[in-house]
Amino acid sequence: MDPVEIIQHTTGGVIGLSWLMIAFPLVGATILLVFNRYTNRWGHLLGVAMSLASFVVAVLAFVELLGLPEAQRRQAVHLWEFIPGMVDMGLLIDPLSIAFALLITGVGSLIHIYSIGYMSHDPDRRRFFAYLNLFVAAMLLLVLADNYVGLFIGWEGVGLASYLLIGFWQFKPSAAVAAKKAFVVNRVGDFGLLVGMFLIWTTFGTLAFAELKPITAENPTTLAIGLLLLLGACGKSAQLPLQSWLLDAMEGPTPVSALIHAATMVTAGVYLVVRSGAFFFPEGSGAALAVAVVGAATLLAGAIIGCAKDDIKKGLAGSTMSQIGYMMLGAGLGPVGYAFAIGHLITHGFFKADLFLGAGSVMHGMNDEVNMRKYGGLRTYMPVTFATFFIGYLAIIGFPLLSGYFTKEGIIETAVHAQPILGWLAVAGAGITGFYMSRMVFMTFFGEKRWEKDAHPHESPTVMTVPLIVLSIGSVFLGGYLILSNRLMDWLAPAVGAPAARPEFHFTSTTGLATLALVAVGAAFAWYKYGRAEVPAVQPRGSFLTTFARRDLYGDAINESLIMRPGQWLTRLAVFFDNRGIDGVVNGLAAGIGGSSGRLRRLQTGFARTYALSILFGAAILTGALLLVGNI
Amino acid sequence: MNPTIEFPTIEYATLAPLLLVFGAAILGVLVEAFAPRYLRKSFQVPLTLLSLIGAFALVIVQVVRGDLPTGPVAMGALAIDGPTLFIWGVILVLSAVCVLLINDEGHFVASAASVPGSADEEGAERAGHEHTEVYPLALFAVGGMLMFPAANDLLTMFVGLEVMSLPLYLLCGLARRRRLLSQEASMKYFLLGAFSSAFFLYGAAMVYGYAGTVSFAGISQAMAQGALLDPLLLLGFSLLGVGLLFKIGAAPFQAWKPDVYQGAPTPITALMASGTLVAAVGALLRVFWVGLGNLDWNWRPVLWVVAALTMMVGAVIAITQTDIKRMLAYSSIAHAGFLLVGVLATYDTGAGNAVSLQAILFYLLVYGVATVGAFAIVTLVRDPGGEANHLSRWAGLGKRAPILSGVFAFFLLAFAGIPLTSGFFGKYALFTAAIGSGQEAGDSLGAWMTGLVVVGVIASAIAAFFYVRVIVLMFFNEPAADGPAIAVPSTGTVTVITLSLLVTVGVGVFPEPVLQLANTAASSLFIR
Repeated sequence: MDPVEIIQHTTGGVIGLSWLMIAFPLVGATILLVFNRYTNRWGHLLGVAMSLASFVVAVLAFVELLGLPEAQRRQAVHLWEFIPGMVDMGLLIDPLSIAFALLITGVGSLIHIYSIGYMSHDPDRRRFFAYLNLFVAAMLLLVLADNYVGLFIGWEGVGLASYLLIGFWQFKPSAAVAAKKAFVVNRVGDFGLLVGMFLIWTTFGTLAFAELKPITAENPTTLAIGLLLLLGACGKSAQLPLQSWLLDAMEGPTPVSALIHAATMVTAGVYLVVRSGAFFFPEGSGAALAVAVVGAATLLAGAIIGCAKDDIKKGLAGSTMSQIGYMMLGAGLGPVGYAFAIGHLITHGFFKADLFLGAGSVMHGMNDEVNMRKYGGLRTYMPVTFATFFIGYLAIIGFPLLSGYFTKEGIIETAVHAQPILGWLAVAGAGITGFYMSRMVFMTFFGEKRWEKDAHPHESPTVMTVPLIVLSIGSVFLGGYLILSNRLMDWLAPAVGAPAARPEFHFTSTTGLATLALVAVGAAFAWYKYGRAEVPAVQPRGSFLTTFARRDLYGDAINESLIMRPGQWLTRLAVFFDNRGIDGVVNGLAAGIGGSSGRLRRLQTGFARTYALSILFGAAILTGALLLVGNI
Repeated sequence: MNPTIEFPTIEYATLAPLLLVFGAAILGVLVEAFAPRYLRKSFQVPLTLLSLIGAFALVIVQVVRGDLPTGPVAMGALAIDGPTLFIWGVILVLSAVCVLLINDEGHFVASAASVPGSADEEGAERAGHEHTEVYPLALFAVGGMLMFPAANDLLTMFVGLEVMSLPLYLLCGLARRRRLLSQEASMKYFLLGAFSSAFFLYGAAMVYGYAGTVSFAGISQAMAQGALLDPLLLLGFSLLGVGLLFKIGAAPFQAWKPDVYQGAPTPITALMASGTLVAAVGALLRVFWVGLGNLDWNWRPVLWVVAALTMMVGAVIAITQTDIKRMLAYSSIAHAGFLLVGVLATYDTGAGNAVSLQAILFYLLVYGVATVGAFAIVTLVRDPGGEANHLSRWAGLGKRAPILSGVFAFFLLAFAGIPLTSGFFGKYALFTAAIGSGQEAGDSLGAWMTGLVVVGVIASAIAAFFYVRVIVLMFFNEPAADGPAIAVPSTGTVTVITLSLLVTVGVGVFPEPVLQLANTAASSLFIR
């Protein structure tokens, strides 16, 4: 079944006011940035209030949408004419966008609250909240816009916010470099999205979701558009081959890693694919297959990288890559996959935010130490952090009946049926997840204390632990609620289309049991290596495979040798030719313009008589030309 | 024969904005004559601002009441129609904002008659003298700007042109710092301005010889009946064109612009770059569209070349400029070229013409606002000897004054026409109108108009280079060790910059209301 028609929202109701969702955090960011240090004292509270206000609007809109019959659940709210005759700016309130809005504002608000405590010692806390608000506004625009242009503006907006927040501690060169790297890598993806949009415009003459028509068969144009959009999605969601920035992005403050680089922004690629699904990624098409392949490859790559990291945040970043890989895999499998992908996206938003904030809480108590080899035995010192982290851990490895179990199983099950090879790769990925997440828990909370001398671990303040508790509750129950009896699938059906046959969740399917067995093996191996045995305080040399994983599967090396070095080489070549005074192909045009500029400039002598003469000549030519034209 | 003198009828209510500005200017002269020196400024500033704001309010009242005259007013001398009111509104807002800049300390010479560097000058400076004549002069110039595009015949237009220009010639020579440069600018502007005015007047005489009348409606009528290819008409028309193209700074009549913009006190440069351009484009439209509309097959090819040349000359020469004000002057030349693209975009139908007119009016508004904002920032970057206009002094400014540099960068992006700034929609509307006009005309003209838009896009790309270069200079270069100081801006200057920024951002995101306004103004078209 195709998605239902998008209808124009008429008047009234919260849906008509849904622009407030974006306006609140945007106003917050503007006030905090414009009034600068005058808002130092209460700036963080304003930031939290704006995010909460946005959440309230999202909830009200959600309730209103629930009260509508299914055929009316996709409402376009026209805001204003943006580019005359081309783009009308408007919001699309439908089950998909409202699900994202709830996640962004809900988890976003929790992370805002957490940041009050986490950033309490930072002199620039106000600026941090300004950027967080900016991010929330941009991300909401991304998911709520009813056309690709609005989506793109939001897309760039979250890119900007991400850049500013990764480099928030810009006095650290590593943070500044990481921010730049994220920006540059994302440019590649954005280029894909932009060209894809050009192609959509020239082919279909519209960029509005309401005017594009679902397709059944793929043609070369839609395949090209699909692949270009996928390139965009890969950039934002850190999928192969544009994954390299995400690990470095952990240089940002931990709440940023939780909100932007785990729960929300990095899932924008999944949103893009699902949103465009009916138009460019029909079930069984080449474009959809490409999405699934990218997802499967990334979920393995991320998991392998996660195995070798000693930095707790980088370990979690690898895991984020991997989990988004699962979502991508699901997003490449048509309407059934969409429901599980979005389901996993939502539950992942909760448990990954929980894990990141837990990691942040550990760092907060350990003088910002991130090396897990210097943790150990922390469970008695930070009981709340441990309990919530452990719940998040159980959720992510897919412990039965927790959130991650239902959504991940759903994706794997669907994949095994649709694309067996990719499906079994996903099963293997789940096993590796069991290993590296257990490793993280054992190294951090169990075993011997391996602390630095000046470490005095302590539980974090309430303002930080309460968000952790809320997130861990979501990590326990949300998955079952969404997946059992296909609640999420039915909810999303108007927006993404309903599958031909409704899947049923089997607790004892072959793949499910195989997955559980592999996870158990992974966890047991982790216990054997890191729980039972002593963890060396210094990283051992490790095998070839370990090095491979530690170096992020040589992602940076590949980028450097394939793109950066040839690029530099090309630049040097161009400079060489230019230095020789030859207007090479690269610089010829620029030199030509610059040269003629210099030559033309000499006509500007500064003498009034010359100017008068030029006016006279000009007048003579003008008159002559006019007479000539008149007489032909 | 019974000689009777007809008593002139003047529509005072309709002309109120114009009369208010001129009245206030005359009052300002009286203040200069009779008020003691120490009191003058406290009279002049409120008088000037209030008269401009009052005139703007009167314009708004007319727009709201909506009963525009259907024919020319003041015995056929002026045409107050939708486009005129829009242009008046824009000019009044821009000039009021420029007066806030003029009001800021330290832009004008203490005693213009003293020789630069002499003891006289030093004495006047020490005594804290100020030329408060600046205010009535500016008001006269603004009055001329209002009259120029509203004129309904060639003679009124000429009077408007001179009333606008003469005070500006004078104002250009009143800079406090680098006075020789300023005086040279003033002299050049005067000589060349007089030269071009003579062209205009000669052209008017020839057209009168052809049509037997100077009113635009009469000229148009004469052309509808008489021979279109009369050399007298073509000659007269081309000379009129020279006078007008000089005022907007189109190539090859652009040479005065950089010298004058550089030498003039920056608030006056802002006034010229915004107000004069708006007025001159308005007048150009009236002559080309109303008076000589029937001749468009003749002037189109010529204006095509002028427009293309203007865009390219402005964009290309700006690249090698090292002075910020000169660079902005060349950028202004390029923008005059973009506006000429709009002037070329005529249609056979009134509705089509309204689209082009709307685009031009919109462009004038957004460009004028961004220009005033940019020059306001230029006034704030200072060296001990005055403004630090050399581009090398702007290196690393982003590190020392991040907000100011950020705002300036935003204005530059608006000039370049980057999306989410007002400039993007200005160019978009203008180019769309031009392509549409070519498509409607069909055959070779369609290709030519598309070609012109291509030239325009290339010129925009070249222009983007030098705009972005300044941004790179400000943010990615190390600041000079003894870099310029950022003057603490007065409330007036802050207001100007904030206002310009808000409009540039606001229109960049919500272009619809302003486009609607321009559309309403344009749909009534010019009174013929």
